Amino acid sequence: MPPAKPPAKLPATSPALSKVSLTVNGEARALELDTRTTLLDALREHLHLTGTKKGCDHGQCGACTVIVDGRRINSCLTLAVMHEGDSITTIEGLGTPDHLHPLQAAFVKHDGYQCGYCTPGQICSAVAVLDEIEAGIPSHASADLTARPQLTPAELRERMSGNICRCGAYSNIVDAITEIAGRPL
Amino acid sequence: MKSFTYERATSPAEAAAAARVQGAKFIAGGTNLLDLMKLQIEAPSHLIDVNGLALDKIEATPDGGLHIGALVRNTDLAADARVRRDYALLARALLAGASGQLRNKATTAGNLLQRTRCPYFYDTDQPCNKRKPGSGCAALGGISRQLAIVGVSDACLATHPSDMAVAMMVLDAVVETVRPDSAARHIPIADFYRLPGDTPHLETVLEPGELITAVTLPKPAGGKHIYRKVRDRASYAFALVSVGAIVQRDGTGRVALGGVAPKPWRVAAAEAEMPRGADAVAARLLADAKPTRENAFKLPLVERTLAAVLSEARG
Repeated sequence: MPPAKPPAKLPATSPALSKVSLTVNGEARALELDTRTTLLDALREHLHLTGTKKGCDHGQCGACTVIVDGRRINSCLTLAVMHEGDSITTIEGLGTPDHLHPLQAAFVKHDGYQCGYCTPGQICSAVAVLDEIEAGIPSHASADLTARPQLTPAELRERMSGNICRCGAYSNIVDAITEIAGRPL
Repeated sequence: MKSFTYERATSPAEAAAAARVQGAKFIAGGTNLLDLMKLQIEAPSHLIDVNGLALDKIEATPDGGLHIGALVRNTDLAADARVRRDYALLARALLAGASGQLRNKATTAGNLLQRTRCPYFYDTDQPCNKRKPGSGCAALGGISRQLAIVGVSDACLATHPSDMAVAMMVLDAVVETVRPDSAARHIPIADFYRLPGDTPHLETVLEPGELITAVTLPKPAGGKHIYRKVRDRASYAFALVSVGAIVQRDGTGRVALGGVAPKPWRVAAAEAEMPRGADAVAARLLADAKPTRENAFKLPLVERTLAAVLSEARG
């Protein structure tokens, strides 16, 4: 393919750039980005951490779930420049092929995926879900709002509802999380 | 997404003053605004990031209520021990909405200001009076199963999507704001939303550049708190119909509906009927209903959901 020609004219409004410094998987990173860059695109396109997946890009599927300052969020629905000073954990920061995170190992053991595209988001979400239950944060499935939430399949299914799996591995995902739930990670 | 400049505000007054710039918008959680910006339904030329404003505390008020900072995340509001104990309706409504990831980002003020999920508002190839005033409403005669049955006009059938706002309506919340000229005001939530009429693009009484700083709740109302949401799947879906209610031992109480109107739907005359049962309450709430062929099922669904709530309250 011939190299792309430069555009004849620059667009009427040039992109606005902004600097942002954040910590990704324990490493300090400084970026200068088009303000429009989502955290997801910053991770994938600028830091080349492609473990985090782009599914719907509208917060509906959960494939882009990462953990920011201990909380899971949809990285597609937040701008990178809004994360100055934040600490971000992606799937690459949870485990490696040689040292799987216990949840990664449990997903393998229980066949918690088929195509695997949603899996990084599922695992980041599940890690945070177990922390949320530990912290006593209630859910729609909690019968008693003031009691400690229980580690039941109903609780896990409700809390994981923001992560869609088109292959339909849900029951195995619940099994994988259940195996790890309550263990120190 | 259209290009925009970006700044981080450090005080509410500074943020409100910065909003004088043409095309400026505040961004907090961003879960709705960025969704709409990607589709160019929203196209601000300047974003004012208000996340650094330290409006993230929940504090007791001198009269026994709660002062909830505008930036308190939905997760934190639902998990607050005082909210769980004294305003369970609010915790339940929050937990019935969105997903864990979204609740971790979404703020109290942003939740109130969510735009509708009407499919024609989202489809920029279709006319929509809310998105493009005067262009028409494709939902009239279109797919309207999810849309509103009361409070609608010939210009708009959109519903307000929030669960939290239904609870705030029942709890008589007050919205606190600051305007670009630094003037603060307190707006009872009953006066906060506008009905569409022939100006459906105007959704609240907020003025351009006016920033929500907090939502306050009066002292707890006691009673049994119930939020019942009926939807197409068990989790992570908008309401077809929802009922938020506080029911006292003598059967009196307060009630509002979600999923059926352009705003959380509360009618004083309907509450007076609560001791008489769901039929009477539903009749008053839906007295002026104008359902379409596709969403007329919401009329009996409201009555049945109300009956379930009143039965649970007695139980």
